[in-house]
Amino acid sequence: MQPVATTFFFYFLSAVTVISGLLVITRRNAVHSALALILALIGQAGLYLMLYAPFVAGVQIILYAGGIMVLFLFVIMLVSIEQSLKEEQFSKLWVVGLVSALALGGLFVAVYLKGKGIFPERVMIPPETSNTQEIANYLYGNYMFAFEIASLLLLVAIIGAVVMAKKRI
Amino acid sequence: MAPIGTLHYLVIAAALFVLGVIGVLTRRNVVIILMSIELILNAVNLNLVAFSRIWGLHGQVFSIFIITDAAAEAAVGLGILIAFFRNKETVNVDEIDLLKW
Amino acid sequence: MLDYINSYLSDTVHVTPGEAGNFFWALVYIIAIFAGLSVAVIAMNWLERKILAHMQIRLGPMRVGPHGLLQPVADAIKLLLKEDILPSEADPLVFWLAPLIVVWTAFTVFIVVPFGPTHAVTDMNIGVLFMLGVSSLSVLGVVTAGWASNSHYPLIGALRSSAQMVSYEIAMGLAVVSAVLMSSLNAEGTGTLSRIGLVQAQEAQQTWFIFKFFPLGLIAFFVFAVAMVAETNRAPFDLPEAESELTAGFHTEYSGFRWSLFFLAEYSAMIAVSSIAVTLWLGGWLRPFPHALTGETWDLVFSLFPGITFMFLAAITFYSVARMPKHPYFRVQTIGLAGFGAVLALIGLALFAPPVRDRIQDVYWFVVKVAGFMYLYIWYRGTFPRYRFDQLMKVGWKVLLPIGLGVLILTAVSGIVF
Repeated sequence: MQPVATTFFFYFLSAVTVISGLLVITRRNAVHSALALILALIGQAGLYLMLYAPFVAGVQIILYAGGIMVLFLFVIMLVSIEQSLKEEQFSKLWVVGLVSALALGGLFVAVYLKGKGIFPERVMIPPETSNTQEIANYLYGNYMFAFEIASLLLLVAIIGAVVMAKKRI
Repeated sequence: MAPIGTLHYLVIAAALFVLGVIGVLTRRNVVIILMSIELILNAVNLNLVAFSRIWGLHGQVFSIFIITDAAAEAAVGLGILIAFFRNKETVNVDEIDLLKW
Repeated sequence: MLDYINSYLSDTVHVTPGEAGNFFWALVYIIAIFAGLSVAVIAMNWLERKILAHMQIRLGPMRVGPHGLLQPVADAIKLLLKEDILPSEADPLVFWLAPLIVVWTAFTVFIVVPFGPTHAVTDMNIGVLFMLGVSSLSVLGVVTAGWASNSHYPLIGALRSSAQMVSYEIAMGLAVVSAVLMSSLNAEGTGTLSRIGLVQAQEAQQTWFIFKFFPLGLIAFFVFAVAMVAETNRAPFDLPEAESELTAGFHTEYSGFRWSLFFLAEYSAMIAVSSIAVTLWLGGWLRPFPHALTGETWDLVFSLFPGITFMFLAAITFYSVARMPKHPYFRVQTIGLAGFGAVLALIGLALFAPPVRDRIQDVYWFVVKVAGFMYLYIWYRGTFPRYRFDQLMKVGWKVLLPIGLGVLILTAVSGIVF
């Protein structure tokens, strides 16, 4: 199936993503930030679909938007936010933040301008219908060890979260 | 308009990354700092997936690992946040200035 | 456009409109699904009240229309006319957004539901993943609704709901993975996440996955069936909206049209998860015994079922007409009921016509299986008492999760051994 109106959807989805990213770091209320972040994640899932990566897009929605962000919302509701609403939102580091952001942005621009030749003009269009199967082949073949380590990492995270959040063990 | 190439995606990823860095450095609410870290991780993911169109599916596999990592990070980070909130009744990073209490 | 229609009506087409890039037919399907869902939700509203009432030896709604048939219409008019209250302390934007999120997720999942080999809006490579992902987004609507109301009961409901849905999603995912694993038992050894592909795998393996590796398929199906009730916040897992503890849970502060959006979303989410269960374990659009009872005669017998169903409903209606009180006061109601029966009988007659009969087969069997699940939902609600919250968590994490993992491992082992 040929994608349609690629240019329009690219600009639309990137606008959604970047504007919601901006809202994430500027909103006073943490719940609004979380909702903006969810919108950014969904927009990014759309970008993945445009990059012929349907499996990553699905994982992004099911794990990030449906799992991690629910965890965030849950915690935001547990910690009362009335007090933090009245406080100063931005720390005194904002000059540092702005400078470092500008420096990073400049670095990226420089790299992209210099490195434009590195990226091949032609892009492969990977077969969309067998994307999941091929990722599975890599995951359980080439990256088997990394996969096992990831499971260990998750185990550590589970134990860590339980130890942190429980009052008395 | 120019056809959408890899560079377009990289620019979006860079914008997200910079936004995340600004968020981490300037906000005082721990929850929003954690969310900014998620933005940074997502920017990296977008880069990897964009490059996977040129150099094969390795990038997509890596982005799945990064999502796993983000889940672990969020779980532990929010656990720390709840433990901290229980002790100090605030989510302001500037108040986190004691090694032990 | 005429070419499109003609190409679709011929027998040679074997792709869904979305795959074929056929926007006209995709649009037609979207509108048909939307209309069908709305009718199904209205019907469910009436059926749930009636069936629950009969389970409790009551009559249920009887006043508005014959046997309360017009009750859903009356309810809809009431809800639309009610004042739309915005609590003064609520967060207006999020309060407004929450019902939209819930409805959006509930309807978006239907673009990958296969009503037949070609009767779907589109067939995605990641169909099952997409469906689980989008339906897991509906918890966001519930949570934000509870938070935005800025009131205690909704907040407790939202916290309960988020904990419950995140927990049961894991058991649900494990059960789904074991079904996907069964689909990989073919010559190539690769499974599929496409929902049409899953049904075709069951067709190729000549068995529904619920009977595959007996009792493994059955146990996986059982895990899914429990998790899906929890996922849709229905009794006995309706803690987020437990009316005896939390008045109405997360939608306490909602009224009028926005409340009806939550209602609509709840029922279409029930239909959506039932459709996952049907595609994964109960053979989707396949008719019963597609391989045991083959041949012209059996095909004919099974193709008569849609018509017979409607005729049966019409017969019940006419029996009720005969039983209506003879007093002139009831004359309008009797005529109305007879008209309803006549409409049902006409639909039944139309379904006996050979061209309609053959085309409606897939859709009919799919809908019948989903309808069975809908009846189960009502039955649960009439039978089981509500869980306590710690019991709910215990069932999710200590019973369903280990069972799901065990079934997954055993399925993998049996896939290698057999």
